[in-house]
Amino acid sequence: MEQGIDLQSTFVDALMDLGVPLGSAKALWLPLPMFLILVSATVSIFVTVWLERKISAAAQQRIGPEYAGPLGSLQAVADGLKLIIKEDITPAKSDPLLFTLGPAIVVIPVFLSFLIVPFGQNLVITDLGIGIFLWISLSSITPIGLLMSGYSSNNKYSLLGGLRAAAQSISYEIPLALAVLAVVLMSNSLSTIDIVQQQSGYGILGWNVWRQPVGFMIFWIAALAEAERLPFDLPEAEEELVAGYQTEYSGMKFGLFFVGSYVNLVLSALLVAVLYLGGWDFLIPIELISRWTGISESTPWLQVITASLGVMMTLLKAYLLVFLAILLRWTVPRVRIDQLLDLGWKFLLPISLVNLLLTAALKLAFPIAFGG
Amino acid sequence: MNLAEGVQFVSFMLLAGMMLAAALGVVLLENIVHSAFLLGMVFISISGLYILLNAGFVAAAQILIYVGAVNVLILFGIMLVNKQEAFKSMPNAWLGKLTTAGVCAGLFALLSSMVVATPWAISSEIAAGELSVILIGEHFFSDFLLPFELASVLLLMALVGAIVLARREYLPDELTEPTAEVFKLAERPRELAAAGSAKSDRGG
Repeated sequence: MEQGIDLQSTFVDALMDLGVPLGSAKALWLPLPMFLILVSATVSIFVTVWLERKISAAAQQRIGPEYAGPLGSLQAVADGLKLIIKEDITPAKSDPLLFTLGPAIVVIPVFLSFLIVPFGQNLVITDLGIGIFLWISLSSITPIGLLMSGYSSNNKYSLLGGLRAAAQSISYEIPLALAVLAVVLMSNSLSTIDIVQQQSGYGILGWNVWRQPVGFMIFWIAALAEAERLPFDLPEAEEELVAGYQTEYSGMKFGLFFVGSYVNLVLSALLVAVLYLGGWDFLIPIELISRWTGISESTPWLQVITASLGVMMTLLKAYLLVFLAILLRWTVPRVRIDQLLDLGWKFLLPISLVNLLLTAALKLAFPIAFGG
Repeated sequence: MNLAEGVQFVSFMLLAGMMLAAALGVVLLENIVHSAFLLGMVFISISGLYILLNAGFVAAAQILIYVGAVNVLILFGIMLVNKQEAFKSMPNAWLGKLTTAGVCAGLFALLSSMVVATPWAISSEIAAGELSVILIGEHFFSDFLLPFELASVLLLMALVGAIVLARREYLPDELTEPTAEVFKLAERPRELAAAGSAKSDRGG
């Protein structure tokens, strides 16, 4: 891959030809990928909201949004505009500073986590050594924001909803981290790039989902609970808590919670794709195709095709999982809070511990298949 | 000073200032909930300092453990036991405050003189950076094995203690005596809710 297309060096060289010093040229490059990821994460909200509305409508034999844009695809934009224009109410007896900070603290860690999501061999903002661990630690900040907005609303339903959300988030973080640990054990690295590379080479047969079926299920359940998706959307259970910690919010502050939850869903789906479904890998290894057709892998046009195929595969896998999450929403009833905590602590936690132990044992017994 | 050093200097100053201001806020603010949230900010600033020191793993662990677990637990504690209580003004309260100030100033002087006086063996090696995970793991299972295992035993004890406290079977004797009301739980008495509200258990 040494002689491949390197956008960064091309960009830096072009700026240096214009007389910009090396350091400044690199500093000018830095914000570009970040901005690109920020924009794509924001666009992913619109896509997910549209999918959610359309698939929900299909599940209930309705048509769903239809008039805003072709097939109603601009409905999410219209919703967002409405939220921006709406009055931003701060309750009289609330804590105004914490009330404003809460939603921001919920959203920021989710966007920051996109730092480590790879869309291709070199299509990642930073290949950090701690990679996936960064995501786990960043997602542990979210409960603080939830508690903050729950407390500052000065409303008992909000407070209870915030406490519930934090409890749920903490309980499901442990099985989540243990499931990730089993994958990390097999790939000998926390870096998301290394985790995908360890799965590549055998196409669909090499994906972690075949070696970690239990871990895959645990991770998916825990990720749904972390993103507060149905069947785990207890913090905003209407029958019990009005709307949980969101009760007092209006306008764009309310919208931020939705932004956070949809971006979190997409992020979780992307990470499931990276950890268990081979990331940017195609069903058949690219090396095999290039050997069959006799085209060198370093041919520029083949590299462009490979890179776009990688991005497409990552997004395809992620959105397949989003589709699954939306279908789950209309098939599985919401669990009760005691059932939720039972599932987390008495079922997922022991199972994930056993899964970790088995993975370690299998790694020692069959180092070839389980990354020696 | 080139660009990278400048960025590092400015970030250090920002983080240090943020940390000091937040720490002062934890101590000085009246509202205990604000103090608890500011404590989270102190922890996050410390983790930023770790990142500047090239210790990414320690920084992430700092956020996971201190912000994600310790601070949330503190907040839980405050929010579940949010008891408003007006304290009676005590005579000669200034004496206690003065003693506290004296002890704190003495401790600060002692610690800062220790920091200045100690000949620190500062390593000139490059920080381990990405390899630190492997190095930490090796240390945990060789020369730091005993502290590591003792810490897990301590955590296990805390876990068992929490379970013992949470289970109702181990209540002290004087509380478990049968009382006149059959449905009264052996815990803090609370007001009963109005009887008209039927329990909705629809789910979904």
